[in-house]
Amino acid sequence: MNDDHGSVFDGLIGGDSAQWAFGTDFEDPLAGVDTTVPDGVDHAELAAYCLMLGDDALIMSQRLSEWCSRAPDLEEDIALANIALDLLGQARLLLARAAAADPVVVPALPEGSPVPAEDALAFFRDAGQFGNVRLAEVANGDFAHVIVRLLLFSVSRLALLERLRASIDTVLAHVAAKGVKELTYHRDWAARWFLTLAGGTEESRRRLVTALGDLWPYQPELVATHPVELSLARAGVGVDPATTRAEVDGILDQVFAMSGVARPDRPPLEGEGGRTGRHGTHTEALSGLLAEMQVVARAHPSGRW
Amino acid sequence: MTTTPAEPELQERLQAGFDATIARNDRIEPRDWMPDDYRRTLVRQIAQHAHSEIIGMQPEGAWIGRAPSLRRKAILLAKVQDEAGHGLYLYSACETLGVSRIELTELLLAGRQKYSSIFNYPTLSYADVGTIGWLVDGAAICNQVPLCRTSYGPYGRAMIRICKEESFHQRQGYELLMTMMRGTDAQRAMVQESVDRFWWPSLMMFGPPDGESPNSARSMAWGVKRNSNDELRQRFVDMTVPQADALGVTLPDPDLRWNEERGHHDFGDPDWAELAAVIRGDGPCNAERLRHRRTAHEDGAWVREAASAFASRSAEVAASASAGPSGGAGAR
Repeated sequence: MNDDHGSVFDGLIGGDSAQWAFGTDFEDPLAGVDTTVPDGVDHAELAAYCLMLGDDALIMSQRLSEWCSRAPDLEEDIALANIALDLLGQARLLLARAAAADPVVVPALPEGSPVPAEDALAFFRDAGQFGNVRLAEVANGDFAHVIVRLLLFSVSRLALLERLRASIDTVLAHVAAKGVKELTYHRDWAARWFLTLAGGTEESRRRLVTALGDLWPYQPELVATHPVELSLARAGVGVDPATTRAEVDGILDQVFAMSGVARPDRPPLEGEGGRTGRHGTHTEALSGLLAEMQVVARAHPSGRW
Repeated sequence: MTTTPAEPELQERLQAGFDATIARNDRIEPRDWMPDDYRRTLVRQIAQHAHSEIIGMQPEGAWIGRAPSLRRKAILLAKVQDEAGHGLYLYSACETLGVSRIELTELLLAGRQKYSSIFNYPTLSYADVGTIGWLVDGAAICNQVPLCRTSYGPYGRAMIRICKEESFHQRQGYELLMTMMRGTDAQRAMVQESVDRFWWPSLMMFGPPDGESPNSARSMAWGVKRNSNDELRQRFVDMTVPQADALGVTLPDPDLRWNEERGHHDFGDPDWAELAAVIRGDGPCNAERLRHRRTAHEDGAWVREAASAFASRSAEVAASASAGPSGGAGAR
């Protein structure tokens, strides 16, 4: 009377892989997309730009995924995993785009290694080669910390991706269009929790204000301009983050006003000789994060996963 | 709701109605009368299942940060997230029997409710992600597919959805192992080592032999359980052997062979003393798994309090706003 057992196992060996979500057929994340670099665009700059945006997503996703099985309730566990998955998807596309635009950026692996280019970029670069903002990499704290970090991050990234939809680079325009839908949810979720913690208990408000004070110095880096961003913005490929500043400030001020939390009065975190995350100068936290993220991949440079 | 009618006659009529529903293989629904023992058995079983999903997030979740490719990281994160979702459906099914998620969580943390013993084994390499998908989720599917037709409606319906997702999980595990077997010698060795560790614990997932399974007979009579432990274990072995061959791994059982007469594989006995010890709380990771869950629960307490406080304050504001300036007292 349990013939229905069979159906679950049919297809485990051979069979039609199309019925499975993660069959072996899906290999190239940019399959079917026109990856030609538009005329007149500097390949190295485009690759560097894709790495900046891709690394922001990748490192943020890695930190968010550390929350898995640790959130205050199952609903939040699921939401944080969703957001991490969205950003991971963006990272994969952007890293693949970087590699396609300028193969020189891809770290060399042993001859014949089957590791795809986007994985080589994620798992075989050192901290100094990552171009993410420092906000993404700082170690996790409590739930208020992840809410503040996500709010600051998503408000900026959404404003950026909204503009990036008009990029003359087809791949970036596609990634941005998909990302806008995702980031709209991320920002909404973070803002709702920001209001909840601000208006919840004394303890939740105290923790929220502490986290905001701790993370606020990292915020200006999100709307600072790197020369590559400026150059690509002029070419119609990228977006100068400085152009999002007024919108970002306006939205944050709205959230602060609604929650009765004062905008922190703290100066930006210094770089070193003017160099910050975008230039590959990071906090101590990044190399620790990469040590974990890269350990298995690096142990098997010719591995097939 | 369970009622305790004064007249024995009514009691008999309710019992007869319940028995007839079971006999017809129909579903019992939350508002139907049911014997107290049936309710208790279901709460115990569904809660244990829900806890297993939630505790089961840990051994694999530990590898999300170390997943060796972006694709594998996405697959694993989505899979562990599914498990949180399964936990949610099952806690909800349990709530239809009158027990809240928070009560069940507290019973788990107090050690008064169990979860599947398999999650008290450690994950030691990335191959374990594949092996857990293939063998552990495979064994879970064997146990769970019959539960789609269990007599309690909300449980059966939750199981239909869970089984569909579990079959994806099994597939991704097998596909990971298959891919690794096509990789380097070190990867192949990693797969075999992982299978060696998980084979016996997977067989234990079906529970003790039929003769020593105290709750089985009654659960079968009630249609809560549909097949015996040994029956399901045999089915699992028969299905897994050809899969292991296709994969190119050896299952670590010298007694494993096809028995033409029975039309089934013969296989050795798992170490039942080990199972008993793990269930008792002395497995390799019992303390760690509960500690992780307790820490997450306690660390999140202030957030849950804040959310409740915010919700009740918002409700008050909404009520006084809709009642107008002079209607405040009535609105409360």
